[in-house]
Amino acid sequence: MIEVKNLVKQYGDHTAVDDLSFTVGEGQIYGFLGPNGAGKSTTMNIMTGFLGLTSGQVLINGHDITEEPEEARRCIGYLPEQPPLYTDMTPREYLTFAAELKSVPKDEINGQVEEIMKLVRITEMQDRLIKNLSKGYRQRVGLAQALIGFPEIIILDEPTVGLDPKQIIEIRDLIKSLAGKHTVILSSHILSEVQEICDHILIIHHGKLIADGTPRELEQRMRSSVVELTAKTEDEEAVRAILRTVPGLKSAACQRPKNGEMLIRVTPEQDADVREALFRAFAGGDVPLLMLRPENVSLESIFIQLTADRTYKWVRRKRAKPVEKEAEAE
Amino acid sequence: MSAVYKRELKSYFNSMIGYVFIAVVMVFIGIYFMIVNMNVGFPYFASTLSSTLIIFVFAVPLLTMKSMAEERKAGTDQMLLTYPVSTTAVILGKYFAMMTVYAIPLAISCLCPIVILIGGVGSPLIDYSAILAFLCLGFLFVAIGMFISSLTESQIIAAVASMAVLLVLFLWKSLVNYIPTTPAATLIGFLVLLGIIVLALWHITKSRLVTGIVAAAGAVAAVVPYLVDRTLYDGLLQRVLGVFAIYDTISNFTSYYVFDIAGLLLYLSVAALFVFLTVQSVQKRRWS
Repeated sequence: MIEVKNLVKQYGDHTAVDDLSFTVGEGQIYGFLGPNGAGKSTTMNIMTGFLGLTSGQVLINGHDITEEPEEARRCIGYLPEQPPLYTDMTPREYLTFAAELKSVPKDEINGQVEEIMKLVRITEMQDRLIKNLSKGYRQRVGLAQALIGFPEIIILDEPTVGLDPKQIIEIRDLIKSLAGKHTVILSSHILSEVQEICDHILIIHHGKLIADGTPRELEQRMRSSVVELTAKTEDEEAVRAILRTVPGLKSAACQRPKNGEMLIRVTPEQDADVREALFRAFAGGDVPLLMLRPENVSLESIFIQLTADRTYKWVRRKRAKPVEKEAEAE
Repeated sequence: MSAVYKRELKSYFNSMIGYVFIAVVMVFIGIYFMIVNMNVGFPYFASTLSSTLIIFVFAVPLLTMKSMAEERKAGTDQMLLTYPVSTTAVILGKYFAMMTVYAIPLAISCLCPIVILIGGVGSPLIDYSAILAFLCLGFLFVAIGMFISSLTESQIIAAVASMAVLLVLFLWKSLVNYIPTTPAATLIGFLVLLGIIVLALWHITKSRLVTGIVAAAGAVAAVVPYLVDRTLYDGLLQRVLGVFAIYDTISNFTSYYVFDIAGLLLYLSVAALFVFLTVQSVQKRRWS
């Protein structure tokens, strides 16, 4: 259980984390999502006690990270963004060192190191020097180090960076298998990854928590009433004329026709369902509809909506021509 | 602490640094031993050792340069500082690992007095006390080197800066002789020292109150005795700074054959201060 309350971190004048509060429950996988420089790593570094905080409080299983750092850190396994590896050691030596530092009982060290090496699949590399390992293997040694001692809370900062697709799938499966027994917090800017493995998502931007919920909740919250349709025509004017007959539309964007088909994005006023009206209008105008569906909202678009800067929104708005304006112009 | 100690000690012998340090020190001790004791026939190993002090000034930074700087550069400090161990334990582990490497050539040179005894009359007590003094000096040198290494990410900077500081300490006694002894100059000297302390304090605490109080109290303490009795300040600065002439203790052991306990305590207490400062310097980075 992690409680972060009103966390603020300032570097000089720059506020890296701005009044961040959230609670992470037990046995779940939490995803920290945010663009680069959003404050994900800083927050993780504070949660693990590597960095001090400017104000606020972090409680790890009830232990304040600044007041009782050793008790709090005992519950945490941490893989920083750059795996903290001693390159002059072999993975086995390194993991044994990690186990000793975490005060794993002496007679359990060997067994646990073996078990974790098997888990992250580095057993065959155990006697090579870490400096001779590839990035993917180094990342796994870093992950193994976080798992040593099987702490209740495992914090992973971009765990799949630098891995090849097969390794990414392996690591994701490994992380999923940790859920239940462990609380896992991972950060990523890869949305599909977070969407796939996390039970709960926290979206951070400019150091602030801007959204949190399950992937499904976030999608529902952002459910779009925008309708995408494909019409069998090349005549944009005809399409616009048909659209003008449908009440309650805000704007429509027509793409350049391809092979006699045109993709149209229609945004209704408010959240009205205009699908039926659109169908009837196009049927009436004798333009066959090949496809009609509500716009698919992926986490990706939620993310972009939530973290977009003003300029970005402006560009998007400009691209969609308003229906009314078209009418005035004529 | 023992895990860090073992790892560090091993790392000195996984890389060349440990061997290079031991080899360099042993070669020079060997050369001096061969010339002074074997060839000339001077029966005191203590004075041979004192001639090699300058070698330690240049070799100890080799040992200490990577201690903290490398961790910071490679990001491995992120591991040590997020594990359930205290910063003090980590730093003491490193410190004792370095001291172990430092002690190896001294341990080997414990054979030299025996060689002298075999060849004729020797003074093992004097010789072994001198080796002990060098061990204590090592505590000081290594602590200073480790502290400087904790201030930077660059091993080169750490090594060069440590050499400079140790060399100044080595030459301290001669340098202090050039400090003017008149009461007025002493007062100015004290005020300059106070200025440096206040600046350092300001840099560390950023607290106007604390800095102001220290500055005011220091200025009063420096000026009042001067106004009351000028003769008090006659050559005082020289005497105060002369305390840090670390070479004095070594020469007490090696030239005058005096077991200088006060000097050893000075070494150890200043060493403890620098170990403490290293812990503070690492802790401070969390909060900057």
